[in-house]
Amino acid sequence: MSQADTTTVRPAILDEVKPTDFPRATLVENDRSFDWITDKICGIIEGKTPGWWWVCFALACFVATWTVGGITYLVATGVGVWGHANPVNWAWDIVNFVFWIGIGHAGTLISAILCLLRQKWRTSINRAAEAMTIFAVVCAGIFPVFHVGRVWFAWYLFPIPNSNYLWQNFRSPLEWDVFAVSTYGTVSVLFWYVGLIPDLAILRDRFYKAGNKFRSALYGFFAMGWRGANRHWSNYEMAYLILAGVSTPLVLSVHTIVSFDFAVSLLPGWHTTIFPPYFVAGAIFSGFGMVLTLMLPLRSIYKLEDLITQYHIDCMCKITLATGTIVGYAYGMEFFIAWYGSNPYEGFAFINRAFGHYAWAYWIMISCNVITPQFFWFKKVRENTAFVWILSIFVNVGMWFERFVIIVTSLARDFLPSSWGYYSPSIVEIFTFFGTFGVFSVLFLLFIRFLPIMPMAEIKAVTPQGDPHAGHDAH
Amino acid sequence: MAASTHGVIATFNTASDIYHAAEKVRDAGFTNWDCITPCPVHGLDSAMGVTRSKVPRFSLAGGVIGFCTGMSMIFFTGAVDYPLIVGGKPFFSPMFAFPVAYELTILFTAFATIGGMFFLNGLPMHYHPVLKTDHIHAGLDDKFLIVIESSDPNYDTAKSLLEAAGGTEITEIES
Repeated sequence: MSQADTTTVRPAILDEVKPTDFPRATLVENDRSFDWITDKICGIIEGKTPGWWWVCFALACFVATWTVGGITYLVATGVGVWGHANPVNWAWDIVNFVFWIGIGHAGTLISAILCLLRQKWRTSINRAAEAMTIFAVVCAGIFPVFHVGRVWFAWYLFPIPNSNYLWQNFRSPLEWDVFAVSTYGTVSVLFWYVGLIPDLAILRDRFYKAGNKFRSALYGFFAMGWRGANRHWSNYEMAYLILAGVSTPLVLSVHTIVSFDFAVSLLPGWHTTIFPPYFVAGAIFSGFGMVLTLMLPLRSIYKLEDLITQYHIDCMCKITLATGTIVGYAYGMEFFIAWYGSNPYEGFAFINRAFGHYAWAYWIMISCNVITPQFFWFKKVRENTAFVWILSIFVNVGMWFERFVIIVTSLARDFLPSSWGYYSPSIVEIFTFFGTFGVFSVLFLLFIRFLPIMPMAEIKAVTPQGDPHAGHDAH
Repeated sequence: MAASTHGVIATFNTASDIYHAAEKVRDAGFTNWDCITPCPVHGLDSAMGVTRSKVPRFSLAGGVIGFCTGMSMIFFTGAVDYPLIVGGKPFFSPMFAFPVAYELTILFTAFATIGGMFFLNGLPMHYHPVLKTDHIHAGLDDKFLIVIESSDPNYDTAKSLLEAAGGTEITEIES
């Protein structure tokens, strides 16, 4: 076909098939003005501290003391206060670590991957989701650090010259994990902070006008003298894009390396190549579960329905459905490979998971992770916010059990029947774990009280008023 | 010699207005001027004649330094300073060193990107004449501003140009 043919044929075809012009989903309902957006989001910080906040904060502080108490007792006594015993020497601590790290991943997915894919609906939820990431990494970090036993030697994990002249074993995936998680935490904080700068400048000016010099100076200090100049925006936007670009391989590598902790070992049930993609999908699944758990109450308390619209909830539910189904596929594929690989130890490990002593945990996992998200196929379900919230809790529970099933069932039944065991957590472990929800809530409540929960500048940029070409197609 | 005025500031109401005003200011040959907007406005860079940001150069340098740091750190600790046989594996191999070097690439890139952004923007700068004006509050909320600095060679014509471009509340900024 010659060039001329294609140019003449194309319009004819377009006339024939009449491609549908899909209307773009509105990201801010009711055509809200810039001023409304600023007032709405800053108003949350400037208003009086609501009563519910104090109740939640007191409750969260109380729950957080469980972690503080559990950790204090552990340090004072020894790591034996946890229920670990041969053969299960990794248990709730590592389960909790992987659980919290996984939750963090949705925040980075929303802020980085959706930024690269130009999914504009991310703007309303990315700030809170990134905050969730950082606080989840804080909670995750507690467990491996105290799991080392003598926590005052935890700095041995880092290549710091020491009087023993010993260095770390960089052949070990556990050492890779140290670098992955600490890089992840650091880059997440940097990314979050860069996003906050323009909004902190708005707060600086508003508090200055309201006569609150102290808070103006405090926000102003962190705003770095931001003045919204376009020559600054130009560099800022580029920096933001590059941070999104490096955070994307980062978030994929972090959970890949977490999965290497297991996959690089020789234990049946851990030693599989499917682990990296399977863990990453699971992490995004659990993270979106947590984003829904956090954002839906925030949306109704602060009346943010114009900013977090039904379209946003639909998008989050669909990602949960997609990743949940990938996780379900991975569960099936693990069984298939166990059978197809003809390795008797591998085969036993999987039969034991589904029908052995821990079958109860396995079936909780399957019901929460594979069946729960299937409800999101239905529009009626996605529009019922209360039901979506309940389903998101099931997702959180299910993903905790996934890590429990992978870690504990594999260890409890290894190669030698003489070393088999059954693991139950001690009361110290239980309180330490549930306390981390308090730690997380304390941090998250402080965040929603003192920092803008949505990126005002980014939301403005996706509204029709932010588009200089609205209404005419010059340029 | 410090000028008594920093420059002149004008207010525009919509993104479209400032876009076309910026084109006029650019075409009039001004150099020391800027737009102040509540959010990044798509296409305003080209309307202003601002060239592509140089932040990626910092990022690339950071990434290369990060990767080399990771590889050389593992080479030095494992193969030079204290060679130790672990599991019969080589003292150094780029294979097992890769994950850590990869993470350090990202870490250093992120720091270099943010450092480069601050450096190129001349931030932190907590004192700036523009920040003293009443306009700035509106400018970060819902107004769009153009500031032409008095150091610009064409400064004499700035006020009339901004008026012609549709700017309102045109005032001088004290330096």
